[in-house]
Amino acid sequence: MRATVWSGRNKVRVENVPDPKILNARDAIVRISSTAICGSDLHLYDGYVPTMRKGDILGHEFMGEIVETGRDVSNLKVGDRVVVPFPIACGFCNACTRGLFSLCENSNPNASIAEKLWGDTTSGIFGYSHATGGYAGGQSEYARVPFADVGPIKIESGLEDEQVLFLSDVFPTGWMGAELCDIKPGDIIAVWGCGPVGQFAIASAYLLGAERVIAIDRYDYRLQMAREKAGAEVINYEHDDVREMLREMTGGRGPDACIDAVGMEAHHQHTGMYAYDRVKQATRMETERGYALREAIYNCRNGGTISIMGVYGGFMDKFPIGAVMNRSLTIKTGQCHVHRYLRPLLQRIENGDIDPSFIVTHRMSLDDAPNGYETFKNKQDECVKVVLKP
Amino acid sequence: MSATSKNGSAGPQDVAKGLGIFSFALGIPQTLAPGRMNRMIGIKDDSKSRMLMRAVGIRELTAGVGIFTDRRPTEWIWARVAGDTMDLALLGSALRSKSQSPARTLAATGAVIGAFTADVIDGVRLSRASSNGSEESEPEQPVRVTAAITVRRDREELYAHWRNFESFPAFMAHIEEVRSTAPNRSHWKARGPMGMTAEWDAEITDDVSGERISWRSVEGSKIDNSGTVRFVQAPADQGTEIHIEMTYSPPAGAVGATIAKLLGEEPAIQIKDDLRRFKQIVETGEIVRSDGSPEGPRGRRQLKQRPAHPLAEDEVAAATNTGGTS
Repeated sequence: MRATVWSGRNKVRVENVPDPKILNARDAIVRISSTAICGSDLHLYDGYVPTMRKGDILGHEFMGEIVETGRDVSNLKVGDRVVVPFPIACGFCNACTRGLFSLCENSNPNASIAEKLWGDTTSGIFGYSHATGGYAGGQSEYARVPFADVGPIKIESGLEDEQVLFLSDVFPTGWMGAELCDIKPGDIIAVWGCGPVGQFAIASAYLLGAERVIAIDRYDYRLQMAREKAGAEVINYEHDDVREMLREMTGGRGPDACIDAVGMEAHHQHTGMYAYDRVKQATRMETERGYALREAIYNCRNGGTISIMGVYGGFMDKFPIGAVMNRSLTIKTGQCHVHRYLRPLLQRIENGDIDPSFIVTHRMSLDDAPNGYETFKNKQDECVKVVLKP
Repeated sequence: MSATSKNGSAGPQDVAKGLGIFSFALGIPQTLAPGRMNRMIGIKDDSKSRMLMRAVGIRELTAGVGIFTDRRPTEWIWARVAGDTMDLALLGSALRSKSQSPARTLAATGAVIGAFTADVIDGVRLSRASSNGSEESEPEQPVRVTAAITVRRDREELYAHWRNFESFPAFMAHIEEVRSTAPNRSHWKARGPMGMTAEWDAEITDDVSGERISWRSVEGSKIDNSGTVRFVQAPADQGTEIHIEMTYSPPAGAVGATIAKLLGEEPAIQIKDDLRRFKQIVETGEIVRSDGSPEGPRGRRQLKQRPAHPLAEDEVAAATNTGGTS
């Protein structure tokens, strides 16, 4: 089959690889109809996530049709149309039982690698380095889905691929970002980053009852989407002083909760500040450029909540713990526990509360994946989301 | 303890100092003039290889400082052994691919092999000296490992699984076969690093249903080992904690243990992986496989992952034959 393969820093190729096979009794094989490039794939593409190997198939946002099931999968049958959540979860361990699916205790066969890096392991994740299992991803024609009796959600209504595809990751991730803010009436939420996760965090914050949502980015076209499609007030940090604006917009209080939808490769308008972390990251002295997170912490209202949904890989310098401690801030974060949001969010889509397809700006064939990565990475052609069709 | 041995030749502590000086002599030019060193050993001189050379230099300097400042340089000598192994791997890959002057690279490889030999000999002598200095004066230090995992099943069920020794090969990566020979006796067959195999007989020394099992190898076994596994109720409804404690004398002593570690066969990781596999079997029904780790969790595989793309037919057969399925 054809598959998008990581072949070194800033290099992906579409190559022929063997078709996936059932390895475990609870596996299923999915023929992929739509798959997307995620912002976190760019961290892999850029080479900032350790434990990638040449030849790894990328992609953790995909959906399609079941073509084969293992002998212990009884809830799915050949021909079913499914969306596959990006974390792989057994559904039985203590973490899964508590709804912490992205921390499944059984699905990462490379748990001891993750343990060295992070102190303990995460669940397995499709196409997302060897520290999270070394699973082939879904930017390909077919994918093997372990624990298929637990993860995939069947789509039985006539919704288009693009309306349900983002249940695999970015919609639930944005939703969880807003949910972690524990929004109460009157709350003003600030969202750093207007990529797909930021867009869904804004929309979700409104669905969860936020009074106002303020979005921060440096690309006008993304801010325009945040304003027009998700309903946010916007700040372009390259033109405006974020702190001054936020204080002004919140009567001097600061936002009640701040969502970081940027992660480890943030940018900064001040050249010197940017150069400091850029150099340290390039020489691997730190793995994160944490401007967005630092700014979110610094500007959050006293006693407020910081919700981190942007991806971080390892270690950050100059972490403003003094602001967190002295101002009673709460930090909440995690890889999204997608499984617990699948049904309620599908319901929201079916009800017409939200149509997630608004983020799609580019549609390409799978063979164009290298072009898709470059376009997305360099924000060419007003790119927000690339959907690939195998 | 005297630094000189009885017959007046240089003792292991003196050799250690010499190796420390060698570390400095190599580390300083590697750090300050990486380009020159690259050319000297005949490899392509670019920014990447310079960065690597500098990193190797810093490692050498660290080992040198360690040998001179630590009262017990033994571990630093073993660190040098690890470093030598890494250098050999780097030189090996240079010889295979981008060596500009294979003759020079080959000469450098020879030098590293020499240093490796000196390091290993000194490491063994130091390790022996320190274990001889201990009160029991045993020739080999036994290795003690502990590990614990929580499994969402009740104690009786887990105890019953564990009491059935013959099923161990299904989740213990290095156990090939366990055969019951008498009610409290069993015969064990294990694979070691580098294709070594070992067999021994074990007897149960303590057995409390639902609580614990202790065993030890019978006298005269090649691999002297003993251990206890305990099953403890976890707080709230979280199932059972399995605590395992094992002591064994590695077949080739300290050298064997170190080589095993370098090959990713570190006992502490091995036993944790065995527990993970056991948990997977009792919680999910079978060992969890990925494209990178098709055999499931295994120490050695985690050092050398397959790329994360689907396996070919023959790879599937090989992977599902090793490590056991349920």
